[in-house]
Amino acid sequence: MGIGREQAILTVAGVEALLGALRERRYRVVGPTVRDQAIVYDDIETVDDLPRGWTDEQDGGHYRLSRRDDDALFGYVVGPHSWKRFLHPPRQRLWRSKREGDDVEVIAEEAPPERFAFIGVRACELHAIAIQDRVFLGGPFTDPHYRARREDAFFVAVNCGQAGGTCFCASMNTGPKAEAGYDLALTELIEDGEGRFLVEVGSEAGREVLDALPHKEASAADTKAADDIVARTTASMGREMPDVDLHDLLLGNLEHPRWDEVAQRCLTCGNCTMVCPTCFCTATEDSSDLTGAETARERRWDSCFTMDFSYIHGGSVRQSGRSRYRQWMTHKLATWFDQFGSSGCVGCGRCITWCPVGIDITEEVRAIRGTETGEGRT
Amino acid sequence: MSDARPAGHDPMVPQVARVRRRRQDAPDVFTLELEPEGAAAAAFAPGQFNMLTAFGVGESAISMSGDPARKGGIVHTIRAVGSVSRALTELRRGDRLGLRGPFGVGWPMVDLDGKDVIVMAGGIGLAPLRPVIYRLLAERERFADVAILYGTRSPADILFRSELESWRQRLDVTLEVTVDHAAEGWHGHVGVVTTLLPRIRIDPEKVVALLCGPEIMMRFAVQALTSMGVAAESIYVSMERNMKCAIGLCGHCQFSPVFVCKDGPVFRYDRVRYLLALKEL
Amino acid sequence: MAVTGLEHIVREHPFFAGLDEAFVELVVGCAKNVRFEPGAYLCREGSPADQLYLIREGRVVLEIAAPGRGAIVFQTVGEGEIVGISWLFPPYRWNYDVRAVERVRAISMDATCLRDKCEADHTLGYDVMKRLVPILMQRLQATRLQILDVYGKPAA
Repeated sequence: MGIGREQAILTVAGVEALLGALRERRYRVVGPTVRDQAIVYDDIETVDDLPRGWTDEQDGGHYRLSRRDDDALFGYVVGPHSWKRFLHPPRQRLWRSKREGDDVEVIAEEAPPERFAFIGVRACELHAIAIQDRVFLGGPFTDPHYRARREDAFFVAVNCGQAGGTCFCASMNTGPKAEAGYDLALTELIEDGEGRFLVEVGSEAGREVLDALPHKEASAADTKAADDIVARTTASMGREMPDVDLHDLLLGNLEHPRWDEVAQRCLTCGNCTMVCPTCFCTATEDSSDLTGAETARERRWDSCFTMDFSYIHGGSVRQSGRSRYRQWMTHKLATWFDQFGSSGCVGCGRCITWCPVGIDITEEVRAIRGTETGEGRT
Repeated sequence: MSDARPAGHDPMVPQVARVRRRRQDAPDVFTLELEPEGAAAAAFAPGQFNMLTAFGVGESAISMSGDPARKGGIVHTIRAVGSVSRALTELRRGDRLGLRGPFGVGWPMVDLDGKDVIVMAGGIGLAPLRPVIYRLLAERERFADVAILYGTRSPADILFRSELESWRQRLDVTLEVTVDHAAEGWHGHVGVVTTLLPRIRIDPEKVVALLCGPEIMMRFAVQALTSMGVAAESIYVSMERNMKCAIGLCGHCQFSPVFVCKDGPVFRYDRVRYLLALKEL
Repeated sequence: MAVTGLEHIVREHPFFAGLDEAFVELVVGCAKNVRFEPGAYLCREGSPADQLYLIREGRVVLEIAAPGRGAIVFQTVGEGEIVGISWLFPPYRWNYDVRAVERVRAISMDATCLRDKCEADHTLGYDVMKRLVPILMQRLQATRLQILDVYGKPAA
């Protein structure tokens, strides 16, 4: 749809140069790579570290890698990792304390010195990061650890060349085209096995880096080819979120029998919360050495699916699996609006893929719509 | 050398405080007066809470139970129910602990002028209401009738006895205390705290009720008040949920759309009425 | 005691608030003023339940005697409230003791008299039921909250 952003063409060698340029600028370069039979996000050095020639098959409770016919660098969609593992790490020490005699000193954890360059960020993921920005930076209290990692991060987005089996970003208006929040955005154009990339500049920092790379002008044909790819991806989404007011639908049906039905399938394993790019809940854990002279508090990812999560006065508020599934889904799709002014879901499909029993939130919404009981918010 | 963080540095990092005084109020209830080291403690509003850290054990949300008008130490009344609260109640004078806060939305002091105020406390719920009571008594002329209704399990569980006695002796305040289960030697009222309501005159147009106690007790109290014609907009409750951060970022204290730590813990009843009616929310 | 004096007192008690004038005349015929000194019993467990007491002043406690534990008080009732429901239906026996803990002034309504008048005039009977049942419901609700023992671990 060409928005009038500055465009250029890079070859694979150009992408290699991009990685090098970012390293030279002292970024910690992180991107997709194959490990443990999945495509995960980790430190990368060269284009050979990328999942070149790989693709993924995804469905409810199903994820497999397979070889492509070509050598595409970004011919897959999203895996079990999201960028939150770098911006909002699974474990983060908050402070430690030291006792000297009767006195205690509290030492806050310093912000990490590194800044990240994220390679291959999808449109849905850019939206997820924007959502977490609102959570961690938009309220009365902010998270300095998130801010430190987020502020100087460099984003190389990728417009998806295909939709995944569980993707539904189109119906969530979060993709597949990256519109904002990136420094550079790549669309991979494959012609006769040759990889070329249409680059769009999204910021001054992006332009500065692009200028340092070998690149050519983009032609109208290139732009059209990229637009066609986006259109094709948009039309081939694996799933679709029904077009309905999710906030009122779910909050008006908190006693719907569907919750009992999904509870019979849900294992409350919490996979969905681990892979979801917007889930942000954490718990704190205090530890101490044997003498109690040195203690520390660590923050770690937590999940609303655990019994501990809502524990108070000797018991959990949400004892049943039904109530915990309802909490997760209504928070993600409904009360997130009340709290942060938007949906919490970006349609990436990870929760569907990584659910051991393949629960699909779009299907759950579909089941409630049209059979509304209207019990809930009155 | 203790660390004194200026307010707003990192809301998750505590300042160090020292126990200045410790008193036992009931077999498992203790009141601590704390003195922060370094920066002076921020002023608090009645109904707010701090996060207290027992180093090496953990952190707990504890409401302030002292007089907001008094300078000096911060007062907390703590019931030992879990490992952290128990560790806090075992601190002695001079011991150090961590302090973060104050957090939360407190009681609606500005909406009480000219009203008949009913303070209804159940069990340990009297502690978060005590700062309100101090304010009501200190500025008595701002309010119409003031009634304090306090119910607890048994006579041995009654908190702040000497203060209750001094409040009872005032002519401008109605104080009623009841126990669920009488013991030998108890000559006071017996019955749940809602049975005290017939003892005061309630003008639904003029009354504001502030409730704090176990959720069931608050729900029963709301039922009793609404059956007497009191509007949902005239009742306030103090909610409690598992809290880890107290700043709305850990997700634990969510009560459907609201975070108890930053949208509460005090809520006007009409805002949470539909939530309280749903189970396991 | 002048009948008009008793009428006034009956009409004033919250239990009969708003009672139809005709009914006031009817029920007053069953009423008399009574007083109890502290420690006196209004009702004894097992004895005939033959009165409905409307408390005008002072407090009473409802208690049950348990072997080895003495008398256990489970409810205090005071001014403006009523004591006695067991007079309404057979076997017309009190289920617990009711003891005055202060000087108590009350209106005592003879149960047989009141039952006969309700039987004779069902409109009066329905009116009396509509006053009694909500009190029963409130007492039941309060008892439920009491049994739930919501304040947690016992102190001793």
